[in-house]
Parts: sequence; C-alpha cells; structure tokens
Amino acid sequence: MWAILSILVENKPGILFKVTHLFRARNFNIDSISVGITENPDYSKMTITTYGDEKQIDQVVKQLDKMIDTVQVERLDELKTVFRELCLFKIKLSNANDSMEVNKLANAYGGKVHDVKSDSLMVELSATPEQIKAFEELAKPFGIIDVARTGVAALQRSGA
Amino acid sequence: MSKMETMTGAKALMTAMEKEGVKQVFGLPGGANLPMYDEFARCDIRHILVRHEQSAAHMADGFGRVSRKPGVCFATSGPGATNILTGIATAQADSAPMIAVTGQVPVNMIGKDAFQESDIIGMANPVVKYAFQPRSAAEIPEVVKKGFFIAESGRPGPVLIDIPKDVQTNEAQMDFPDEFKIQGYHPWADPDVVNVERAIDMLLHAEKPIILAGGGTIISSAFAELQAVAETLMLPVVSTFKGKGAFPENHPLSLGPIGMHGHAEANKMMAEADCVLAIGTRFSDRSVGTFEAFEKRLKIIHMDVDPAEIGKNQSAQIAVVGDVKVNLRVMVKLLLQKAIKKTDETPWIKHVKETKAYWKENLKLHPGEMGAAKILRKLRELLPKESLITTEVGQHQMWASLFYDVIQPGTFFSSTGLGTMGWGFPAALGAKVAKPDVPVVDIAGDGSFSMTENSLATAVLEDIPVIVFVLNNSTLGMVAQWQRTFYDRRMIGVEQHGCPDYVKLAESYGAQGIRAQSMDELDKAIKNALSSDVATVIDIPIDPEEDVLPFVAPGTSLSDMILPS
Ligand SMILES: Cc1ncc(C[n+]2csc(CCOP(=O)(O)OP(=O)(O)O)c2C)c(N)n1
Ligand SMILES: [Mg+2]
Repeated sequence: MWAILSILVENKPGILFKVTHLFRARNFNIDSISVGITENPDYSKMTITTYGDEKQIDQVVKQLDKMIDTVQVERLDELKTVFRELCLFKIKLSNANDSMEVNKLANAYGGKVHDVKSDSLMVELSATPEQIKAFEELAKPFGIIDVARTGVAALQRSGA
Repeated sequence: MSKMETMTGAKALMTAMEKEGVKQVFGLPGGANLPMYDEFARCDIRHILVRHEQSAAHMADGFGRVSRKPGVCFATSGPGATNILTGIATAQADSAPMIAVTGQVPVNMIGKDAFQESDIIGMANPVVKYAFQPRSAAEIPEVVKKGFFIAESGRPGPVLIDIPKDVQTNEAQMDFPDEFKIQGYHPWADPDVVNVERAIDMLLHAEKPIILAGGGTIISSAFAELQAVAETLMLPVVSTFKGKGAFPENHPLSLGPIGMHGHAEANKMMAEADCVLAIGTRFSDRSVGTFEAFEKRLKIIHMDVDPAEIGKNQSAQIAVVGDVKVNLRVMVKLLLQKAIKKTDETPWIKHVKETKAYWKENLKLHPGEMGAAKILRKLRELLPKESLITTEVGQHQMWASLFYDVIQPGTFFSSTGLGTMGWGFPAALGAKVAKPDVPVVDIAGDGSFSMTENSLATAVLEDIPVIVFVLNNSTLGMVAQWQRTFYDRRMIGVEQHGCPDYVKLAESYGAQGIRAQSMDELDKAIKNALSSDVATVIDIPIDPEEDVLPFVAPGTSLSDMILPS
C-alpha cells in the first residue's frame, strides 16, 4: 500500500538526514521525497511517498512523530489531497514522425516541450505519479534517454 | 527576568549543569574539551576520572538509572567521542537518562578532517534521544536546559551535546532561561481513564489474566501501583528481564521474568494466559520469543509512555498511552471506586501457585557445591534488601535473573537491550555514587569484567567501594553454551585460560581481591566485602560446563523450553 506523508519540521540543518536515516534504520521505504521551505521560514515541509502494509505505515508515522524535530506528521488521504510531481523526460527522436507523435503525447498529458533537437526533445510534466508512470510507458517505445523527477508535493484540499 | 552575565561557553556549560543539580561528571580529558575541564578548577562539580571513555558513559548510565536524573559523562573529540558511543547506545537501548558532552574541533575546522575530528553527531544520531551541536557560546545555557529535560522526561534516553572548542572559549552574554519550548516534543499524555476502564473490564472477564511488568514500570517507579493492582485483581505477575524486580520476587503472586532464560513457571504461565496487562514493555524478542505465537493466543492491554511502542512488535486490543505510574494510579482509583477486590482463589490462581511450587521443587540444579544457584542464593541471603545489583552480560547475568530474588523493587539493573559486556562494573560505580549508603554489587562474568576492569582504578582512587562478584568459568560462557547446544560442541574463541588472576589484578589496583572456592569461603568473602571500605573483587571459580536452563531457543515460543535433563 502507498502512503503520502506530509512532515512539517523545524528548518534546521541535519533534519533531512535524520528523517531519511530513520527510514533506513527502521527498514521502511522511501519512494520519493521532496523538501521545501514553507510560508514560515522557521519550518520546512517534507513530502514523502512510502509503501508498506498498514502496520508498517502506522509505525512510520509514529516513529516520525516521535522525532523531536518533527512538528507535525500527517498521512494524507489521496482522495482529499492535491498531489503533483514535476518530471523531465529526454526522449529520443528516431524519425521525422516521432517529433509530432511525442508532441501529441505531451499535450495529452498537459506537458510542455523544451529543447527540441533533431534527435531528441525534452518533455516537462507536472502530474500525479500514476499519470507520470502512464506517460513513461507510452514514451518508452520512442526511447527515453534520461529522466529527472522531483518527488511528490502534496497539500490537503480546503475543507477536506 | 533572569539577569545576563558575560562568560565563556565552558563556564556557561558548568553553570547550567550546576543549575540542573549536577554534582559529578565522569570523564577523561583531551585537547578539544580542555576549556571545559579547566572549569572544574572553578566550580563545585566533582570530576571522576575514568581510564576509558566507554566506562564514563556506563557510570553516567548507572548513576542515571538509580537516581533517575541524567548522569553526565565527558569525552574529548575524535577517539574520545567514538569511545563513548557504545555507552550511549547502551543507555538508549535501555531508556536510561544521560548527558554526554563531547569536545569538537573549532567550528571553522569542521568538515576539514582536522586532527581528532569525528562527525560524532552523524555517528550518534541513531543511538541518541537527541543531539545538539551549539555553534555559538550564547546557545549553551538553553541547550543544557533542553538537553536535561529531553533526557529525563517521557521515555528517558541519552542526549549528546557536542561543543566545538571555540564555542567553549568564546564569551557571550549568557541568559539562563527557566522557560523554553520544544515544539515537536510531547513527552506526556493525559491520564487515559476511558481505556483504563476498558482494561479493567477486560481483565475481569478474562479466565487466565496475568500482568507482564516491563522496564518502564521500574523507570516510572510504579511499584506501589503495580502491587496494588496485582493484589486487588489477584493477578499473577511475570516480568520482562528488564522489568525484573518491578514486583517483589518473594511475593506469592510473583513468578519472575519470562523470556529466553526466564523462570520455568513464568514462561509456562505466560504461555497459558489468555489476557495480559503489559506495562512499560516493548515486547522484545528476548522476552516473548516468536511474536506470532505470542500474539495469537492473547488479548493484550498495552500501557506505555511511548506511543511508537504501541503496535511496533505486538498489536494490542487496548492501548493506554502515557506514564504507566499515572495510568496505574487511575486504575487503582477506579478499582477502589467500584469496590472491586478479588479475594477468592480462582482455578487459575490455584494453578499458578501449584505450577510455581512445582518448579521451586523440581527444577534440577547443578549438583556441585559451587553451582550458580547456590552461589547466588548465598549472595541474596547475605545482602541487605536495599542493596543495588548490576550485572554484566552472559550466563552469570541469566543466573542472576533466575536465582537472585529482588525483594525491594527497583534495585536490579542490567544491560538488557544492547547486552553490553563490560557495562556492569562501571554502572555499579555510577550506582554507588548515586546511593553511597547501600551496598552495590556487580554480578560479573570473567569475560565481561575483563572489558572494563580498568575501572578498578576509578573505584580505588575515587573511593567508590563496590563489590565485583565474578562467577569465573574462565570462559565466554554464554557463547560456549550456544556452541555446546547448537554447534555440536565446537568451542571456538571462548576459552580464557584463567587469565588474568583476578585476585592479583584487584590487588595491583589497590583493591581487595578474595578467591572463594567453597560455600564457607564465599560466606566469609561476602561478609568481608560488605564491611570493606575499598572495592572488592570476589573471584569464584565455577564449572565451565554449567548451562543456563531453562532456555527458550531463538525463534521458538515460550512453551518450548529446553529444561535440565
Ligand atoms: C561487547 C560484547 N561483545 C560480545 C558479546 C557476546 N557475548 C554475549 S555473552 C558473552 C560471554 C560473556 O562471558 P562472561 O562475561 O565470562 O560471562 P559468562 O557467560 O561466562 O557468565 C559474549 C562474548 C556481548 N554481549 N558484548
Ligand atoms: Mg565467563
């Protein structure tokens, strides 16, 4: 099972290390992680996607909560959350047709095209991890040269 | 309003520690902590010099467990800091309050691989409750205040304060705050009346209820509350090894510790129970054997101060989060209000008492004059009940668990979580510093004692007269037992060849050394040690082939005990 954790921490050096260390030491998994400062510069927010069974995820949340540097730990309900990941794909263009096809594909996923060369182009995608995965599957036949992903950022919907 | 004063970081550290009531520091100096050491010349805190920093940490740990105030140890940067790591990890594994203060290279040298630089913050992170590295002198008073609070509140643990040398020497306007805020730290929960009430109900409806007292019962000194609950509800009491002596072991309802080397009657009854009130325990594998077997049979009521322990190893039907003393008090009160008092001997209690009597009679012991049981029962017989016991790690430790009955709760301490050989002796010194008026005995094995025996220098020179009670099988006995049991008697790396001679060793440090080869000699040796004003090592040669039994092999369940044949 997947879970999206939103962790508010004090904005001090060394905390990212401690959080990731906790995952390693307790045998939990980090699938993606994104970190950024919040509207209040005293805090930063980490968004971690993780997987495990119900008991493991319950434990991750409790162990994170126990950390003195974490101010708030929340397990976000996917249905009540807007979550997005930014992703850059460098895709191979083998023939004249490919460029058009990849452009279409990018459009279908709301992506933007950058750095168009004769033999490659880059697609910028901001989407859910599932959408990114679907896009990746469809782009694979063209040849994916490189990928960079930011990890998920997530916010609870208002009134949710 | 606290008034500001200009002073160095080192002075601020000592002043802040004095405000916390620190009377002594265990440690060893070096280049990076010299400014702090220089302050001992100008303050009332006593410095107790060790011969190895690991021992300083164990002394602070022993002091902390006994006084329930953080013990303080000092080490220099680099190797001094890495030397205390084992001591910090030991304290963390057993939730003991401790403050470890290390020197660090100056701020502008950090990250340059400077002489004696080690990233102790990075290394210690997984084994501390919290770590600080103040980067300016002015931070020190608040860091110390927070550090002590974190170390002793909630589930206690070790706190590391790593202070760069220039932060020690720099001057700043110091404000010693009384108030501080740690936003992400909530060590206490309110009493949980609702769940305590449900727990009472579940216990009343169980056919074979039992109490499992863990180390948390001792840490929160919930002795009276535990006894009141047990007696009111007529519940037999087993403990974890760390919880040994949370409940008087001479009480009719006491069955002693469960676990890998638990008492036969305790393991049997734990295995038969249908409902357990588990107090301040993390259900360690050493205590419960296979988790699955444990969980299936039982309704579990889990009381713990640490919410992360709920469901970590064992799922509970009812969880009561908070200080166990507070919640047990709620339970006692509710029982009084509801006028619940069980007096009738249920079939379960009858069965428990019969089982206990059976094993008291029928557990086969070593036939020799100097068998472990006889030795430890002799020690028990001669020690006043308020005496403090520490142990090392190995067979002697488990024999102590089996045959030394703790009568006054909270007088038995051991490295149960990490199982650190060499812990017992320095911890005994720390314990004696905390309670100088009671006898303190380290029940030791020869192998373990070797690891920190140089603390004899500290015992003698600092006048801390403890007793080291060495069950000397001239073997790393517990390992040898595993080799006998699981490796077809291939004995590799366990023989100690009678080296060293512990009597001569003790004497060379200026301590007293006595060898006891018969019960008569042992009797005299213990009496002699108890009246000695210098530390005494009692060397007791025993049979290297004696096993600790019963034995629950790893990965099996408590009902599958290997018993003496
Ligand atoms: C620091 C450390 N190293 C190794 C071990 C593994 N170990 C557990 S018990 C034991 C033997 C202890 O020997 P001794 O102190 O003589 O006790 P005995 O079992 O003989 O009573 C060893 C080596 C340990 N617990 N701690
Ligand atoms: Mg031995």
